Parts: sequence; structure tokens; C-alpha cells
Amino acid sequence: MITPLLTPPLASIQGAIEFIFTPQTSNVTGGKTVGGIDQVVELLLNQLELTIFALALSMVIAMPIGLYLGHRGTGELFATVIGNAGRAIPELALIAFMAALIGVGVANLTIALAVLGIPPLLTNSFVGIHQVDRSAVDAARGMGMTELEILRKVEIPLAIPTLFAGIRSATIAIVATATIAPIAGVLTLGDFIINQNVYGDNGVLAGAILVALLALTLEFSLAALQRRLTSKGLKLNPA
Amino acid sequence: MASVTTLAAVGEVGKGFIHERTSETLPCQATNKLFCWDWASEHINRYETPTLQHLELVAISVLIGFLVAFALALLAHRHHWLQPPLLIGTGVLYTIPSVAFFFLLLPLTGRGTDTAIIALSAYTLQIIFRNTMIGFANVPRAVVDAARGMGQTDRQILWRVELPLAMPEIFAGLQVATVSTVAIATLAAFAGGGGLGEPILKGGISFKTNLIIAGGIAFLIAVSLGLILFAVQRYLTPWRRVRQAG
Amino acid sequence: MRSEFTRLRAAVALMLALALSLGVVACGSSNDDSTSSNEEGGSAGAIVSNSENGKVSLTIGSKNFPEQEILGEIYAQALKAAGYKVKSDLNLGSETVAHQAVKSGAISGYPEYASTALTSFFGVEPEEVPAGATPAYEKAKGEFEKEGLTAFPPTPFASANAVGTTTKFAEKEGLKTISDLEGKSEKMTLYGSPECRQRIDCLAGLEKYYGLKFKSFHPVDIGLRYTVLEKGQADLSILFTTDPQLAAEKDKFVILEDDKEVFPAGNVIFVSKKSTVEKAGPDYEKTIVEVQKGLTLEVMQELDARVELEKQTPKEAAAAYLKSAGYVG
Repeated sequence: MITPLLTPPLASIQGAIEFIFTPQTSNVTGGKTVGGIDQVVELLLNQLELTIFALALSMVIAMPIGLYLGHRGTGELFATVIGNAGRAIPELALIAFMAALIGVGVANLTIALAVLGIPPLLTNSFVGIHQVDRSAVDAARGMGMTELEILRKVEIPLAIPTLFAGIRSATIAIVATATIAPIAGVLTLGDFIINQNVYGDNGVLAGAILVALLALTLEFSLAALQRRLTSKGLKLNPA
Repeated sequence: MASVTTLAAVGEVGKGFIHERTSETLPCQATNKLFCWDWASEHINRYETPTLQHLELVAISVLIGFLVAFALALLAHRHHWLQPPLLIGTGVLYTIPSVAFFFLLLPLTGRGTDTAIIALSAYTLQIIFRNTMIGFANVPRAVVDAARGMGQTDRQILWRVELPLAMPEIFAGLQVATVSTVAIATLAAFAGGGGLGEPILKGGISFKTNLIIAGGIAFLIAVSLGLILFAVQRYLTPWRRVRQAG
Repeated sequence: MRSEFTRLRAAVALMLALALSLGVVACGSSNDDSTSSNEEGGSAGAIVSNSENGKVSLTIGSKNFPEQEILGEIYAQALKAAGYKVKSDLNLGSETVAHQAVKSGAISGYPEYASTALTSFFGVEPEEVPAGATPAYEKAKGEFEKEGLTAFPPTPFASANAVGTTTKFAEKEGLKTISDLEGKSEKMTLYGSPECRQRIDCLAGLEKYYGLKFKSFHPVDIGLRYTVLEKGQADLSILFTTDPQLAAEKDKFVILEDDKEVFPAGNVIFVSKKSTVEKAGPDYEKTIVEVQKGLTLEVMQELDARVELEKQTPKEAAAAYLKSAGYVG
């Protein structure tokens, strides 16, 4: 059973920074060191890997469905319900249940995390396409474009802000839950946070700082990418 | 002087205390069955305290988050230059994963429900703030001008015109914030804040029945609160159908 | 606009009412795990309540797995029956966390395994850990005294870490002892608790004394140590010799013999600060030493089985033990 910190820690920002860069001797005798930039990078890459896999899986599942339904204009209730229900899923229970059901490890956890990513992607794909100005779509149809061309050349570009909002939402949810992946055997930066007995108070604070920075970096990178992809005309009304 | 307790020479457990167990005779909860109905109905009251703790966490966090975000939104409505920094500020609080947030706060507030409530409240700020701003932005200028033309003060316009018309968006934000907070509050157990995460972490992390019950209760609470708020929103604004994008 | 404003006010009032009522219900009904009233009043058991003890407040801690929580509960309930004001703070974490807690005074005491204390706290090599319960206890007690702590005499039962696997896998690879893993372990995965990586009576010891290298080591929550074997993901998993699954599911799981004795068995000794023992009076040690006399290996395994297999709470299992053994009425 996991129980993090016992008393308010004597951690300091300085101690945390030291932990990130140089290996420290562990609390437990046994001769192994903890911390240091190598271990930080290793766990960081694990978390990124897990996040990217899960995001990719959820995008592959959710976006085609959402785009199709939005283009056809049907299934609004479905998309909305899935979106709202997805927000209601308790992450800890999901991870623990998937681990108990299908097992621990990266592959299985990817599936669990993809479950969290699907709802925002599905809803936003639907809403983004559905809310595209009908006159633009009609004009394109009048010009003789096929349905797929309309989707690709008209609807998706106009829906970029909403689509991206969905991707950002999914990414943040997945990264946040990947933080507690260590209870199911995948070592991410959350390991520093959850296992104070191994890493010490400085390790816990270091882990919290690193996870926060990771999430913020991803969010701002995606926001910047969204700005680049949004055509100039849409930029006048930021979402 | 304290008198010393005398103990008889006890120490042997009674006959039949030790049970024989084999793979075939194990009860449902010792196996890998997906859900043990008997065990669940017998032990359902184990989940009473965690559920109440969970509700308490959510109620207080959403209330605080709403009050703070709403106040900030009113401020930003009056002084437009505040909008970008506040959006970014609340956005940062939203993006930081709650588990990390708990442990960033730890040096300041220690383990326990306070830390959990602060982190959960901070998480709700962006949604409510942003939706309130959108709500205000959606108020047609013509209506505001008309009210001003009728001689109403800024404050009267705010409370009697803008806010009621912004209600759908504000409520949509409140709904999303509440549902999300219920889900995230399961993580409060990591910081000693109680809630439905406790039975998961401490009551058998591989015991599927336990996970289904604890997770299921959290899910049902989230969905119910979401529906209640949706119904309230509908009652308030019968003339509008509101679509939500994540 | 009037009707909208009234609706607005009604909505706000409704929300506040909802939030407040949820809060009131929660506050009103929440009870914390730490009870200090003697619910088992009027005990006709062997432990007699001494009113002098009521002036002393104790907090009993434990480490983070079921056997530890059961022990913590047994001690806590016994001390309560003896008239102390007792709070329990079980499930603290691994041994370093608990050690820190008792040193800092956050808890009054907790049950530790003599072998773990020697190897994890005091850097004793496994071969130097005394084989008998009493010598190990004496050695540990001597080391604890240097920190201002003291330890009480040991329980009858002892527990140790063990390398375990499924019976099928052991048969397939021809594994009876840990040394049998030589040359084969490079293609096997090992799963254990997070602190196992550093502990000399765990992975660190396997690498140092058996010279074993594993394909990979995966830290998982202790509660999953059998799940990973069942799901076929772990070739090997770190188990405890007192695990109920080993007795109840003999056909499924088996542990490898520790032929080089790297995993010394440890009896449980209750660790407290010296000052706490003095303040609490003679009933503190006496109660603890007496109440653990019934904890033979079979009894401890039975209690472990009730909690881990039958999913009773440690509190229920401890209460049943105290009643059956005649300590508490």
C-alpha cells in the first residue's frame, strides 16, 4: 500500500534541484544511489513515451468517429454524452482496474490512458466540424468537391482551434494520469513523488516540480503549434 | 504508583480459529472474479466514510473555486487588461497535474484535506473563469446599450442584464468543473486527504470488486452532479440550447 | 429581465444550499479512524484496564502491507484494553518512513522485523544477521539504543522476503533454490516493491550475493505481487514467507529456497522511543509482550489469510485474534 509523506518535509528547493542533477545516496542502506540527471531523463522519457502512445491510440480511435459524425451532423447526443462521461472517470480507479484486469506494463497502461483521451477528442472533433459555417460547406459542395475533400480542405482547417483544444485536453489528462503510472509498474516521473521512502523528501519535491514543468511545456508547445496551424482568418477570434 | 496489570497465561487461540484453505474453497473475494456480489452487499458500508469525505472535498473545493473565479471574472470584466494574465494564470494552475500540485504545496500546508482542497479549487479556476468571460462576451451589445439608454447604472446592468444572459455559459463551466473535480478528488488519497481514493489504495489495489465499487461510486456521483447542474441550467435558460465543447 | 434575475437568484441560492448541505452532511457524519474511546468496555479478557494508563496518549504505527497493519491493530487494541488513550496511524510506508516516524515522535512505536532493522537501518550484512530470534533481537536492540530507541522481545513467528514464482514456471525452468537461477535469470523479469531495489535483503542482495542479473526489475505496489505472477507478466516476484496465498494456493505459487541465506528471517520486535516507554509506565511493554505470545506462524498466517484473501479489515482480524486468544472479552 502506498503512503507518501509522513510529516511536513524538510525539503528545500535547493535540495530538490540537487536531487535532479546529482545522484544522492538513498535512505535505505544497500549501496545504490537515487536521483541524478540520468535517472530523471530516463523517467521523463518513459512518461513521454507512455503519453505519446496513449494519445496516438486515442486519436486514432476517437477522431475519425468524431469527424465523421460532425460532418454528417448526426450523433450529437452521443458525442456530448461521451464527452461528459469521460470527464467523470476517476483516474486512480481506472489505472488500478486496468492493471488488475489486463496487467501492468506499458502496453496495458497505454490502453487505460487512451480511455481517458478518447472523450475530449471525440467531443471536440464532433463539435469542431459541426460548428463550421454551413455556407462554406455548401459553397464547397457547389464547387463539386467530394465529401472527403470538403472535410479535408474546408471543415478541418476551419475547425483547427476546437480540434486542437481537444488534443490539448486529452494530452493534459493523459500526462496527469501517467504521473501515477508507477503503481502499475511503469516508471514515470511520478515515481519520485509516490515513493518518498526511496527518494527522500527532496526527491518528492523534485518530482513534483518536474511533472509540473513537463505538463506546462507540453501545453504551451501544443498551444504554439495550434497558433501556427490556424489560418490567419480564424486568428481574429481566438477560441 | 501505577498497579501492574496481571495477565493470565492466555495466548492460545481457540479451536477452529485456524481455517484450512485450498484453491477450491476460497471465497469469491480471494479469487480473480470480476465482481463479488455477496461480499459487496455485506461490506458496502466500508465505503460510507470515504464517500462522505469525497463529497465534502468536492463541495468545498468547487464552492471556493467558484467564488474565487467568479470574483476574478467580475474584476476582469471591469478591467479588460486583466483578462490575458488571469487566463494564463488560471491556465497554469489547471495544467499542473493534481498529484504534483499536492506535493508542491506540501512544504507549505502539509498532508491532509487542506492541501487537497487548495489544489482541487485551483484546478477549477480556469474553467469557471473562462466560461464566465465567454458568457459576458456573448451578451449582445444592443441589449447592454438599451439598458444604458434606459438609465441603468453599470452595476445594475451587470446584475440585471449581463449576468442573467451569461448564466448558461457560467453554469456550463460550473458543471464541467464539478464533474472533473469529483474524478480528480480520488487522487487526494495520495496526500492524505481521504475520499474514495483511500479504499482503492488501502483496501486492496488488486481487488477488482473494491475498485469497481469505489470507482463506480465516484463515477456515479460525478454523473449525477453533472445531470443535476445541467437540469438547473436548463431551468434557468429555457430559450437556449447550449452545446458544450470540451 | 426581471424573471431572469429572479431565476438567477434562485439558482445561486440552490447551488449554495446544495454545497452547504453536502458539507454539513459530510462534516456531521465523518468519523476518523483514530478512536480513543474504549468501545470494548467491560472486557472480561485477560488484559485488565488500568485507570492510571488513561493519562497516557499513544499513537501506534505500522508499515504498508497487511501483516503489518494487523500487528499494528493488535497492539493498538490491546493497549486500548489496558486503559491507554490510543490512536493508530497505520500504513505509514516502508521501513525508512516508519523509522523516521518513531524517531521524530510522530508515532509512539511500531512493529519491525529484527532482520530488516539490522540490514536496512544498521548496514549489517545478511551473513552477519544472527540466526536465532533472541540473538537477532539483542543485536537490534543494541543498535537501536544508540538512537535513543528501544525494542521489546520478539514474536514467536518470523517472516522473510522470498523469491517466488508460479509452480508451472518453476517446473519448466527446473527451479528449486535461488542459486538455480544462475545463468537463467538474465532472461527473466523480476517484480518487487519500490524500495526493493535498494535493500540488501531484496534485489541489491540478489545482485551482490547471488551474482544474479535479471532481464529487468519492475517496481510495483506490494498489493500486486501475486497479480503480476498470475497475469504472466512477472517471471519472478518478491513475496513474503508468511503470505497466505502460499498456503492456500500451493498448486499455483511456490517460493525458491534461499540457499545462501541472503534473506534472513526476522521476528517482529516492537520499536519505541525510550522516553515514551518511561512515560507510559510498565503496562506498555507488558501488554505488548503478552499480547503477541499467541502469534505463532500458523496464527499469523491465518490472520494474513483473513485480510489478504477474505478481504477482512486488519481491525476485524485483530479483534478476532484478541478475542479467541482470551486477551479481550
